[in-house]
Amino acid sequence: MFEPVLLRNVGVPDGHLLATYRAGGGYQALAKALHEHTPDEIIDLVKNSNLRGRGGAGFPTGMKWSFVPKKAAKPKYLCCNADEGEPGTFKDRIIMERDPHQLVEGMAISAYAIGAETAYVYIRGEYTLAIRRLERAIAEAEAEGYLGKRILGSDFSFVVHIHCGAGAYICGEETAMLDSLEGKRAQPRLKPPFPAVEGLYASPTVINNVETLACVPHIVMRGPNWFRGIGPDKSPGPKLYCVSGQVRKPGLYELPMGIPLRELVEDHAGGPPPGRKIKAVIPGGVSAPLIPALGLDVGMDFDSLAAAGSMLGSAGVIVIDDSTCIVKVATRIIEFFHHESCGKCTPCREGLNWVVKVLRRVETGQGAPGDLEQLKALCNGIFGNTFCALGDGAAMGLRAALAHFEDEFVAHIEEQRCPFNEKHAGRELLGSYG
Amino acid sequence: MNMREEIEAAAARYPDQRSAIMPALLIAQKEHGHLPGPVLEEVADILNVERIWVYELATFYTLFHTEPVGMFHLQLCDNVSCMLRGSEDLLRHLEAVLGIKKGGSTPDGLFTLSTVECLGACEVAPVMQVGDDYHGDLDIARINALLDRLRAAAGQTTGADLTAATPPGE
Ligand SMILES: Cc1cc2nc3c(=O)[nH]c(=O)nc-3n(C[C@H](O)[C@H](O)[C@H](O)COP(=O)(O)O)c2cc1C
Ligand code: SF4
Ligand code: FES
Repeated sequence: MFEPVLLRNVGVPDGHLLATYRAGGGYQALAKALHEHTPDEIIDLVKNSNLRGRGGAGFPTGMKWSFVPKKAAKPKYLCCNADEGEPGTFKDRIIMERDPHQLVEGMAISAYAIGAETAYVYIRGEYTLAIRRLERAIAEAEAEGYLGKRILGSDFSFVVHIHCGAGAYICGEETAMLDSLEGKRAQPRLKPPFPAVEGLYASPTVINNVETLACVPHIVMRGPNWFRGIGPDKSPGPKLYCVSGQVRKPGLYELPMGIPLRELVEDHAGGPPPGRKIKAVIPGGVSAPLIPALGLDVGMDFDSLAAAGSMLGSAGVIVIDDSTCIVKVATRIIEFFHHESCGKCTPCREGLNWVVKVLRRVETGQGAPGDLEQLKALCNGIFGNTFCALGDGAAMGLRAALAHFEDEFVAHIEEQRCPFNEKHAGRELLGSYG
Repeated sequence: MNMREEIEAAAARYPDQRSAIMPALLIAQKEHGHLPGPVLEEVADILNVERIWVYELATFYTLFHTEPVGMFHLQLCDNVSCMLRGSEDLLRHLEAVLGIKKGGSTPDGLFTLSTVECLGACEVAPVMQVGDDYHGDLDIARINALLDRLRAAAGQTTGADLTAATPPGE
């Protein structure tokens, strides 16, 4: 059994309160960081741990921090990305609801390392319980001197503010998030300049995901070698996997990086509902290309999934069983991206609009010969030509569905109907999961 | 705190007043239920920012409503994980029992029905958000029971405090 690290407080009653967090050794890492290490030493610890960002791109966290200029005229900022909009993902919500102090401590240590005195946590507005619990945790931490002026007798002062999102997936993209924080419509910015040099209010800014920041206290307490010893050396650490869809035990699982997808879905999450077989799994939120059942032996880490033509993304693992129509799933995913396209660039804004129209007619049995070729051509027109990764993610997902399940698309067009229509998943399944 | 004070307190968290527009709109919407033109202008005046900046955000973000919504805004997630666990059937059921289409409101002003993108609670799919609260692991029986509870609550109290059916002490 893997000893939980990030989720160790999650099942504990009142795990969200300071008293509980402290009873489990909470805020010792902050004291250790402030009293025994310089900021540069913390950056080195995190670099040596090989921690990679859990928000989707897997960028090395220590390296990102080292890009922040040491001497800057302007104040530096830390932004915590808690927008969590990637369909299939719910890990950051659970950390904030059940163990918000873990995030507060992670932010305080990270801010000390990069020299920031202010952090903004950008939380999606729907997460009302997470917002209340994090607000309370911040107030408790301030009252006990873990936040505020001259923390724990050191020279380091630091405050945390919550900024609520208002329902736009694109705000999860880090530069769009900065525009949103500045009070503008959220649209991605041109890079460079990178946020580490010129981010929020044109000041040096580090943006990290909730889970990334939650790893930091553990690295400080237990050392980089311990962290690297969990999972593959280049993509290590404890990892939160969000399992949902047509599986017996959907839920949040903490396991080592690199665990085989099959083990996660079949052993831990109980496999598909009775009488069903897995058809495909989306391993990292809907931006990640699906993997057909044959490919389930892939390891759940950044490099293994990239080599298999997909990505770890947000580790939102969506299981699709053999009662479900892939064309329908693909259509729903493209509808999502189309709805959330910020409209800044043409290939994404117009291209996805076109793709949605073609997919809807194929799915409803009105597809025309040539529609498949048209979908492929549209993917080629979008992929690599968009301003941010939203458009790329949409095109990659559709390409994978077309590549692995072309027969289903063809059947829709030839039979002029959805072959799954009479037995669409939801109908007879409601409430029947074991 | 009244609305102005709340907005001013929020604005103090930022070096630039423009950043406070989003939090101010959330505060104003809680106060007024939705965000008609005069409320947007009031927000702009309190923060002393351009009105166009406020309009711009009020129409960009989906959580802001410039039109009135029912006392209970039923927001059913129909993204992939919820779809795979039957959200389409729930939508059809809700449309049938409420006698409205998605996007519409019941004539008594009690319910507005919308579909939304992933609510970030796929472990309990299918999920619906009503006011501040998430309701997960839904099926038709649970939807019916929920509607009954909401109707009963509407009979007993006023609209303003209904959405706050959250655990005490939070
Ligand atoms: C369209 C889009 C949506 C994104 N949504 C999120 C999100 O909801 N949460 C998140 O942490 N990162 C999201 N990201 C990734 C962020 O841009 C950024 O890489 C990340 O927050 C950096 O933190 P990390 O290095 O700790 O992973 C998104 C990226 C794109 C292109
Ligand atoms: S790819 Fe889409 S979301 Fe990204 S900038 Fe272009 S239009 Fe906006
Ligand atoms: S897909 Fe419905 S909550 Fe995530």
